[in-house]
Amino acid sequence: MRVLMFGWEFPPHIAGGLGTACYGMTRGLARNGVEVTFVVPHAYGDEDQRFTHVLNASDVEAVYGATESGADDILEKMSFIHIDSNMVPYISPEEYETYHEQYVKTGQKVWSTTDAWKQRYTFSGKYGANLMEEVARYAVVAAQVAKDLEGQFDVIHAHDWLTYYAGIAAKRVSGKPLVVHMHATEYDRSGENVNTQVYAIERAGMHAADRVMAVSNLTRNIVITKYGVPAERVVTVHNAVRFAENSGAAPERGVDDKIVTFLGRITYQKGPDYFVEAAAKVLKRVPNVRFVMAGSGDMMNHVIRRVARLGIADRFHFTGFLRGEDVHKMFQLSDVYVMPSVSEPFGISPLEAMRSNVPVIISKQSGVAEVLDYAVKVDYWDVDALADAIYGLVKYPALARMFSTKGLEEVTNLKWNDAAAKIKRVYEEVIEESQKPSNN
Amino acid sequence: MKTVCLYFQVHQPWRLKKYRFFNMGKDHNYLDDLLNRSVMQKVARQCYLPMNALLLKLIKENKGKFRCSFSITGTAVEQFRAFAPEVLDSFKELAATGCVEFLGETYSHSLAALASKEDFTEQVKLHTAMLKKEFGVKPTAFRNTELIYSDEIGAMVASMGFRTMLAEGARHILGWKSPNYVYANAIDQKLRLLLRNYKLSDDIAFRFSNQGWDQWPLTADKYVSWLASDQTPGEVINLFMDYETFGEHQTADTGIFEFMRALPQAILSKSGELEFATVSEAAKKHQPVSVLHCPHVMSWADEERDVTAWLGNELQNEAFSKLYAQKEKVKALKSTDFDYVWSFLQTSDHFYYMATKWLSDGDVHSYFNPYDSAYDAFINYMNVLSDFIIELDKAVAAKGAKAAKAK
Repeated sequence: MRVLMFGWEFPPHIAGGLGTACYGMTRGLARNGVEVTFVVPHAYGDEDQRFTHVLNASDVEAVYGATESGADDILEKMSFIHIDSNMVPYISPEEYETYHEQYVKTGQKVWSTTDAWKQRYTFSGKYGANLMEEVARYAVVAAQVAKDLEGQFDVIHAHDWLTYYAGIAAKRVSGKPLVVHMHATEYDRSGENVNTQVYAIERAGMHAADRVMAVSNLTRNIVITKYGVPAERVVTVHNAVRFAENSGAAPERGVDDKIVTFLGRITYQKGPDYFVEAAAKVLKRVPNVRFVMAGSGDMMNHVIRRVARLGIADRFHFTGFLRGEDVHKMFQLSDVYVMPSVSEPFGISPLEAMRSNVPVIISKQSGVAEVLDYAVKVDYWDVDALADAIYGLVKYPALARMFSTKGLEEVTNLKWNDAAAKIKRVYEEVIEESQKPSNN
Repeated sequence: MKTVCLYFQVHQPWRLKKYRFFNMGKDHNYLDDLLNRSVMQKVARQCYLPMNALLLKLIKENKGKFRCSFSITGTAVEQFRAFAPEVLDSFKELAATGCVEFLGETYSHSLAALASKEDFTEQVKLHTAMLKKEFGVKPTAFRNTELIYSDEIGAMVASMGFRTMLAEGARHILGWKSPNYVYANAIDQKLRLLLRNYKLSDDIAFRFSNQGWDQWPLTADKYVSWLASDQTPGEVINLFMDYETFGEHQTADTGIFEFMRALPQAILSKSGELEFATVSEAAKKHQPVSVLHCPHVMSWADEERDVTAWLGNELQNEAFSKLYAQKEKVKALKSTDFDYVWSFLQTSDHFYYMATKWLSDGDVHSYFNPYDSAYDAFINYMNVLSDFIIELDKAVAAKGAKAAKAK
């Protein structure tokens, strides 16, 4: 079985959980005998006039520097296509417009985002003037890719709204069935203030698809109730976690205090302010705890001011945006990991924490809560319950030990192979359905 | 006869390096050695060395009639010793002429006056000891960090034995009164006050190279005609500015050195009208005309002339209160290593970097700021302070255990 997959980030150049999930998923699929052609946007800038770049998996691995021993057999089953585009992960149409305006005004091509993400984006005149135009342009190129690859794939799989038009276009050109994957809905990103254009694309993608895969039952419900997709066409496929073979020696601890960590984008969706309020409550009772907020985002300055005002800045630390080895190091230094997300379709980071033997506290409003037993679950808004849970894990070693050992066992059993097998069955269903003569 | 009182402020902070959460508990070197060295050597080359040489020459040429005053912070002197000893030597040469007065201030250019009398006194004592050691002088006049002044602060300064203090000639304090007279502190009237004439001072310090200014270019003759004219009434004209004005804020190609070379002769040629004096001489020469009421703290910074550049937002208040909460421990420990860090962490510049008021004076703020944002500055400072507190607590506990054992 061969699948044409549209994604928008891939490790290690990732800004969030989607790239990590795609990586685990494609490897799992390869293990299940599925060949994947992975299409991602990649900004080549003005110098390069080609629209697409076909890369061998080995080239990509070299580019991304993520080769691991024993992965060769899997890589043989994958190939990569870069579509020249400046679509970037987690960008909103408004942000895109700002960057483009700046480009037109100043001709400046390389832009760091305004917040402390410190990521650089390349802009070029040959790209669309706004994100919606760019999404449409991307779809046109995707249609060409689908045509060029005619006969080389059986099913199309698109991840999140930026690539839905591409998925639809590929389906029209090739007549192959389309599966779309909901990692995060517009409701998760923006609360009730949804961007209607984004909503419309999400809706169009899901209605055009033969199946919608949701990363949790939570997301599946949103898809059914808010987007009106018939329930029988929506399947939940929970994410899993990849086990790194050698996790490396634990870094030497500098401080003796217990460390409670928040790691993620500091945005409304992730509930950073609840973490701060709970920290202040805990610090009133136990002095020897430190809180770390790792990450960056549009709420970072607000959170820093709040920490200062609460008078806990000597025990509440900020690391800025972490990547690669530093993320791993942060997990290893932690005694408790907290994910107080207001809305989290899945939430892969608690699994990574558990893999490092760290007990986790997650909000009941996260998809990952559906697959974990050995995690403390609280309502995101219940600061007292969150403070209680932190206090318990910090003060009672037996409790922390139970959560970390049982948690490790639990997370070890969440394998991408199993998730991929489920995805493969969905592929098989839609292929079978598409080959049956239509009844309506 | 109007007295011209030239006073220069010399200061360099110890700048902190990028200190991350991961450094905490392991790395106790907080300073950015490379940056501190390169800044010090650049400023020495462009300002301190040429300007000191020029002043020395002017003093010799004018046979004691050209006089001026300095205050030099302890952190600046530490950096002279470490990176530019020849600068320290040239200041000693100036001290030896007898035409230069050195003023007392806080050792670390700190905000200790706003913390407590105890912290303030300790900082001043440290600075006085440094002056004695390096220049062999005992100061009788005082200037607080950034000319931070209030009636209370003035009274504290008087109780430490100083006779004269500098303050800003702020419009909101003076009202209709002129800064060109000697005033007295409202609580202790023995303390005489010299108030900065900010217009004439800033003509040199800020506007000198501004080609959009209707008085540009400024020549010594033109400037002296303003000083001598009836439009500048009064008895003493206080020109207080950063020493780094010469060659650093106003670079050599603006002609600032030529201006300074010509200024003394231009002033002294108006014999009977204008003369030079150091701070203490000027204060002694003229009687106070009135007490100056200043119940609220003021400074020489920004349009507002208040202290909001250092203690104006929650970040600065938090860092400030967490820092001074450590003083009992530092005092009890009596360790030179901890005293050293304690000293440079108090420097007001760290708090200045955390300012979020970027309205009228954003240019000045960003010029002095090595950080991308106030938030970066705060995070970095708090990381350093947190590690300092951890080490401090460990040392205090160890000392306590040792003392218990000895019993």
